[in-house]
Amino acid sequence: MKGDTHKLFRDGLFKNNPVFIQILGICSTLAVTNTVKNTAVMVAGLLFVVAFSNLTISFLRKAIPSRVRMMAEGLIIASFVIIVDIVLKAYLWDISKQLGPYVGLIITNCIIMGRAEAFAISNPPWPSFLDGVASGLGYAYVLLSIAIVRELLGYGTLWGIRIMGEGWVNWTMMVMASGAFFMLALFIWIMKGVVFRERGEA
Amino acid sequence: MTFLGAFAIFFAAIFTNNILLTNYLGMCSFISVSREIKTSVGLGAAVTFVMALTSAINWAVYHYLLVPHLVYLRFIVFIVVIAAFVQIVEMIIERVSDVLYAALGIFLPLITVNCAILGVSLFMVIRDYTFIQSFAFGLGSGLGWMLAIIAMAGIRQKINKSPIPKGLEGAGITLIIAGIMAMAFVGFSGMIAIG
Repeated sequence: MKGDTHKLFRDGLFKNNPVFIQILGICSTLAVTNTVKNTAVMVAGLLFVVAFSNLTISFLRKAIPSRVRMMAEGLIIASFVIIVDIVLKAYLWDISKQLGPYVGLIITNCIIMGRAEAFAISNPPWPSFLDGVASGLGYAYVLLSIAIVRELLGYGTLWGIRIMGEGWVNWTMMVMASGAFFMLALFIWIMKGVVFRERGEA
Repeated sequence: MTFLGAFAIFFAAIFTNNILLTNYLGMCSFISVSREIKTSVGLGAAVTFVMALTSAINWAVYHYLLVPHLVYLRFIVFIVVIAAFVQIVEMIIERVSDVLYAALGIFLPLITVNCAILGVSLFMVIRDYTFIQSFAFGLGSGLGWMLAIIAMAGIRQKINKSPIPKGLEGAGITLIIAGIMAMAFVGFSGMIAIG
């Protein structure tokens, strides 16, 4: 059991990382990473949704007929997203406003549907929950590292606090759309290089 | 005024506020299907069609059924409307035209999970569009997405023959091209603005 847990986390974080190996869930990766604060909230929301939807789907896996399972999974995921949306609106109104439609778009984030299909539908609840957490964390650290670079170069701040000195000229490109594309491409390049080296392919 | 407004939104959705290049929606299928121009045209047409009509249907559902008490249910309702619509269209196309089914049929199931479709419906609610404006926004966003994916497929067909660093093959190089395309589209900004 302990070895399994270890393997689940290693896969979720590196070998099978949802963002840079499976190229899933890119929409939100790009859209919310312009400031670290937004990213942190988004990541927390996704982690909650993926872990608990995995858990629920796994509990119900014998009750869901396989013909309608996509629909059932979609509805379970949507219910958890609604919880996240309502909580954000109640306690973090500003951020919820800035994230706009992207909170709702967690539903179509392929990571969650992907984990439900690939793992939760055929495994017991506890490992499914852990699998969800591992994938969520794999998503989290990629997003946070991209967000740190983008906010630092684009606004000269981190978490809204000024880091760069007075003379720093904001690199506006970084907070615009193209900056996100370039950063993610670079990240994929670096991480693939590391993974390939481990496997001894490059 | 409403007509002019709708017209402005239509053009803004294609160029200045391109759903893919400024809002990053629909990236998954954008990256995986943009290998050939022919398939990109098929998928682009299917997305445009579904996007324009689901944004109109969702507008009606949202304003007549959900407002004011059930607004929080919009995520579930929109997803169900989109999935049901795609299913119905698939069945109709299969009956009516073999040619059309061969061209669009295989792409339809992919569309249900395309986040751009849900995204357009959510933007429409947030920006408080009228019915005509929603339809124009859906149609424009679809055409803008189609434009981007066809351009990308054209570039990728050329780039196939070029030497690319191993780690950048596939997704990496596609993202870099998308970044350059996004920069080019910034040139349109200032023409029309929607917020």
